[in-house]
Amino acid sequence: MTIVFYGVAAAGLILSLAKSKEKTKLALKKAWKAFENIMPQFLGIILLIGLLLSVLSAEQISSLIGKDSGWIGVIIASIIGSITLIPGFVAFPLAAALLENGAGYMQIGAFVSTLMMVGIVTMPMEILYFGKKATFLRNGMGFVFSILVAIVMGVLL
Amino acid sequence: MNKKKMEMLKRYRFLLVMLVGTLMILVVNPTLGRHVYGLAWDNILGMLGVLPPIFILIGLLDVWVKKETMVKYMGKDSGIVGILLGFFLGSAAAGPLYGAFPVAGVFLNKGSRLSNVLIIVGAWASMKIPLLLFEVSAMGFKFTLIRFVMDIFGVLIIAYSIEKILTDEDERQIYELAKKMN
Repeated sequence: MTIVFYGVAAAGLILSLAKSKEKTKLALKKAWKAFENIMPQFLGIILLIGLLLSVLSAEQISSLIGKDSGWIGVIIASIIGSITLIPGFVAFPLAAALLENGAGYMQIGAFVSTLMMVGIVTMPMEILYFGKKATFLRNGMGFVFSILVAIVMGVLL
Repeated sequence: MNKKKMEMLKRYRFLLVMLVGTLMILVVNPTLGRHVYGLAWDNILGMLGVLPPIFILIGLLDVWVKKETMVKYMGKDSGIVGILLGFFLGSAAAGPLYGAFPVAGVFLNKGSRLSNVLIIVGAWASMKIPLLLFEVSAMGFKFTLIRFVMDIFGVLIIAYSIEKILTDEDERQIYELAKKMN
């Protein structure tokens, strides 16, 4: 996937360069500025993620959200999913491991869904672009929606 | 202190707090501290995999795509085309959600409708196609299907509800912010 992205970006750059050197320079300048704008928040968030993941282990998580943990387990799973920020290709194997370690489908559904839709640690960055109100609304609704997903999973799986 | 310095300080405040905090952990509990920095380092390497091409594409889009074109396909009157493009762009993306916000910024700045940009963010967050295969292999087909189908509705409902709830003034401020960040 990374290769595809670099390929598309490289193709775009070459095309742009063939059309106008000046505009390509400007594009790269804008790219750098856009990156520089979020870099401090971004590095701070990376440290925060490192800290959270070092404190919480897979066993700790699965002991909290086991099959019999019921509604409390769903809420805990949603909160953990909202706070942590794990890339998808790590999250799915982790979620599968948690299921094997005794977590329930409903709780895992809530965990996976909030993991993706709600990002408490990235909120400072989201606020930079969308402001406080829209950011709180999006994350709040994502949280409620994830619990809905969990209920449907609990019924169907 | 002058205004520029104040703004610098505000921008770096969060990073400074995190740096001081984690360095203190490194001193008090070196094992935990090294773990924190190890994970952070892995994350930075992972970020180098996806962020540079995203930002290059943002720059190219900013320079080459005319505002009128963006308004036509993603603007207020873009209708179903804007919605479908939003879903396509978000779900075809790679990388974590924080990559979506700068992209959202440039789309807003070029005159995209807010709900369409929120669809990009929502699809980016939860419906990434490159990740679906991972999900099927780890969680099974049924789990993946339930989540994907529900997310189509969830992303739409959330995008339109936010647009409805925000006042014109809120919306104006969001476009103002996007301008500032680009």
